Amino acid sequence: MHELSLVASMFETLLEQARVHNARRITGVKIQIGALAGVVPDLLESAFDAYKKGTIAEDAVLTMVKPPFTIRCRACGHETVRTDFVMACTNCASVDLEIIHGMELILEKIEMETDDAPPPS
Amino acid sequence: MTKKDVFVLQDILLSNAQAAAAIRLELESRGILAVNLLSSPGAGKTTLLEALADRFKGRARMAVIEGDIETERDAERVRAKGVPAWQITTGGACHLEAKMIGKVLPGVPTDIEFLFIENVGNLVCPAGYDLGERLRVVLLSTPEGDDKPKKYPQAFVTAHVLILSKADLRPHLRFDVEKARAEALALNPRLAVFIISAVTGEGLDDLAAYLFRAREEIASRA
Repeated sequence: MHELSLVASMFETLLEQARVHNARRITGVKIQIGALAGVVPDLLESAFDAYKKGTIAEDAVLTMVKPPFTIRCRACGHETVRTDFVMACTNCASVDLEIIHGMELILEKIEMETDDAPPPS
Repeated sequence: MTKKDVFVLQDILLSNAQAAAAIRLELESRGILAVNLLSSPGAGKTTLLEALADRFKGRARMAVIEGDIETERDAERVRAKGVPAWQITTGGACHLEAKMIGKVLPGVPTDIEFLFIENVGNLVCPAGYDLGERLRVVLLSTPEGDDKPKKYPQAFVTAHVLILSKADLRPHLRFDVEKARAEALALNPRLAVFIISAVTGEGLDDLAAYLFRAREEIASRA
């Protein structure tokens, strides 16, 4: 149950970026929560909705992408999605693998409305 | 009014990661090995620290930072062994964060070789927070059952060392040491595994030797 702490940390960046870009309000936030990031998406969403009240992100919609736990074999290069988090290659049975997805805890994108002039097209 | 998409692509816990990196740099430049101890409540983290304090006496200096929701009890137990200890009471928070360690650190003596951080007893949330440690050690005690690694995967995947504690209770329990070890290694093939008992002393010499080697590695780079 540390989702509120994650949201508090996320808001440090949201408020900073809103200031940098002269945002009037933040309308959307997109994050990546890996399958093994230790975060419960529903709880994170509740924490976000509670935390945003009275802030510049009051009406922001939270979008979550959930990358599955994906490993790549250093021996044969095979990539596998594993829901059991076992570090073994399903192709050659090697245990020398790297985790390429599933640990993400990333703030990807902030959608905002600003008073700045639009960029030249 | 203009609509604008800002692509940030940064760690949600960026401020924790930055604080942890600063702590790691500071400690390792002094040749101090920092160890973050994770487990459920009652797995034997403090008892292990008491046993290590006895083993380290006269050989190495250590300090301890204790994390608990309430009370000074664990720090008092460690101080009774002659080891300087700081207690962080989180007042309800389920884990320690790097900034909490950063606040305590200026008071910690600089002439130590080992800094142990005993996290809040919880096998879930502490796994998400880097505290600036070099070694993350997860304890699993025999009364908890041998089926825990896959139930709490993040702690085992992010750890460097697994300690199966309270080994002296094996005759009374159905805990299968080999099953627990195999399940943890399936999640994390690089785990160093130690089977210990703070009561009989089983495994403590091997663990201490491992910690001394890890600390020498840091000192050689400092």
